[in-house]
Amino acid sequence: MGVGIEVASLNAWYGTNHTLQDITLNIPANHATALIGPSGCGKSTFVRCLNRMHETNPIARVTGTVRIGDLDIYNNAKPVEIRRRVGMVFQRPNPFPTMSIYDNVASGLKLNGYANRRVLDEIVESSLKNSALWDEVKDDLKSKSGASLSGGQQQRLCIARALAVDPEVLLMDEPASALDPVSTSKIEDLIFQLKSQYTIVIVTHNMQQAARVAEKTGFFLNGRMVEFDSTHKIFTNPSDKRTEDYITGRFG
Amino acid sequence: MTTRIRFQQNLDQLKENLLVMAGLAEQAIQRAIEAYRVRDLSICDLVTRSEVAINRLERDIDQAAVDLLAMEQPMAIDLRFILSVIKINADLERVGDSAKSISERVRNMEQMAAVELPVDIPRMASLSAEMVRKSLQSFIEADPELARAVLTMDDAVDNLNRAAYKSLTKVMEEQSHIAPQALNALMICRALERVADHATNIAEDVIFWVQGDDVRHRKSVMAQKDGKATTA
Repeated sequence: MGVGIEVASLNAWYGTNHTLQDITLNIPANHATALIGPSGCGKSTFVRCLNRMHETNPIARVTGTVRIGDLDIYNNAKPVEIRRRVGMVFQRPNPFPTMSIYDNVASGLKLNGYANRRVLDEIVESSLKNSALWDEVKDDLKSKSGASLSGGQQQRLCIARALAVDPEVLLMDEPASALDPVSTSKIEDLIFQLKSQYTIVIVTHNMQQAARVAEKTGFFLNGRMVEFDSTHKIFTNPSDKRTEDYITGRFG
Repeated sequence: MTTRIRFQQNLDQLKENLLVMAGLAEQAIQRAIEAYRVRDLSICDLVTRSEVAINRLERDIDQAAVDLLAMEQPMAIDLRFILSVIKINADLERVGDSAKSISERVRNMEQMAAVELPVDIPRMASLSAEMVRKSLQSFIEADPELARAVLTMDDAVDNLNRAAYKSLTKVMEEQSHIAPQALNALMICRALERVADHATNIAEDVIFWVQGDDVRHRKSVMAQKDGKATTA
């Protein structure tokens, strides 16, 4: 099951560039939350702070608090444990190109010490079913590589890989922006189904996508969270003029 | 930096076309009232002719609005504006229909003997026309306060219509020889009351467009909460 995310006074820097400034918000469990804003506004940095990926860059720095359920991720939590509980899917699908479909999905499990073949088989199957890919690949699990799939299938494979380690939170950074409309629809349908089991945070430049899949939406601008509200409110009658100007395409 | 210049131009064009439509509908209702006042059939002809232009413009505006919805995926205030335009457009077309109904009644009355009837049609007409004018002014100026002022005027027209119904049905019961004239007057009152309703709808749409506040049916909901019976 998904857990809520509490963010308090989060600040992030790349070198001297203060990219996130005093972000405080509560992301509800088992819902999809969309983050929108112009390029460079800090939304991807924010998502990367939720699984401590931001600090993998040597010039990056973070202060503040992020609690994923009961886990205070910037207070003595192990990055490996955090990334098991917080899965991530990126803009461009990134399956391990030399691994089979099966091994792609099982890779995270093997890293976490799973060796029992029967257990692995079961988790690979359920993960591929949960990512709506099973029917398309079940006959080629070990004979085809992840790279042999179409872009949309590769992205669903990456989602299956993220789901296999049973995370509580799924971070998605523009997961459909490199996909065609049919593949995009499949990813959106998937997000809709998955949010009953996981807490999903999705960064998107596609306003309609945010409106379709997310219950909550946050608007970022210049490293600050301008507005965080129900998606319905944000897209029909936002409170802040800057949000309205952005979503109506008057800047950005 | 301003973006979506073409979209903004299309929104401006949509508003301009709706204002042309508004001008035609307002003129039609004013002419119908004038035709009643001076019993001039040539004015009735003008009303009938304007309906063709109103109907054509209604289709053009709807088509332009649908195109913008489909092609531009408008959001927030732009979305509310286009939805309001579609609804105001329909209301204006019906104002035109009401004007035509009134002019047809005037034609009919011209074939009958003139009689004095216990009904204040000029007062109703003046109030309804004022509501149309103010609701359109609130649209032009994007002024929700003026729109709210229109909403408060509707009760007066409803009251006049109820009074007309009461007095004119009494005439029909008691003076059957002038029942056709009374019936025509009743239908004119009904048309004017509908015009006031359309003006109310337009004012509600202006409030929704500018403030995102859906104020429709609030009166009847409040009355239900208070346990009062309501009429539509």
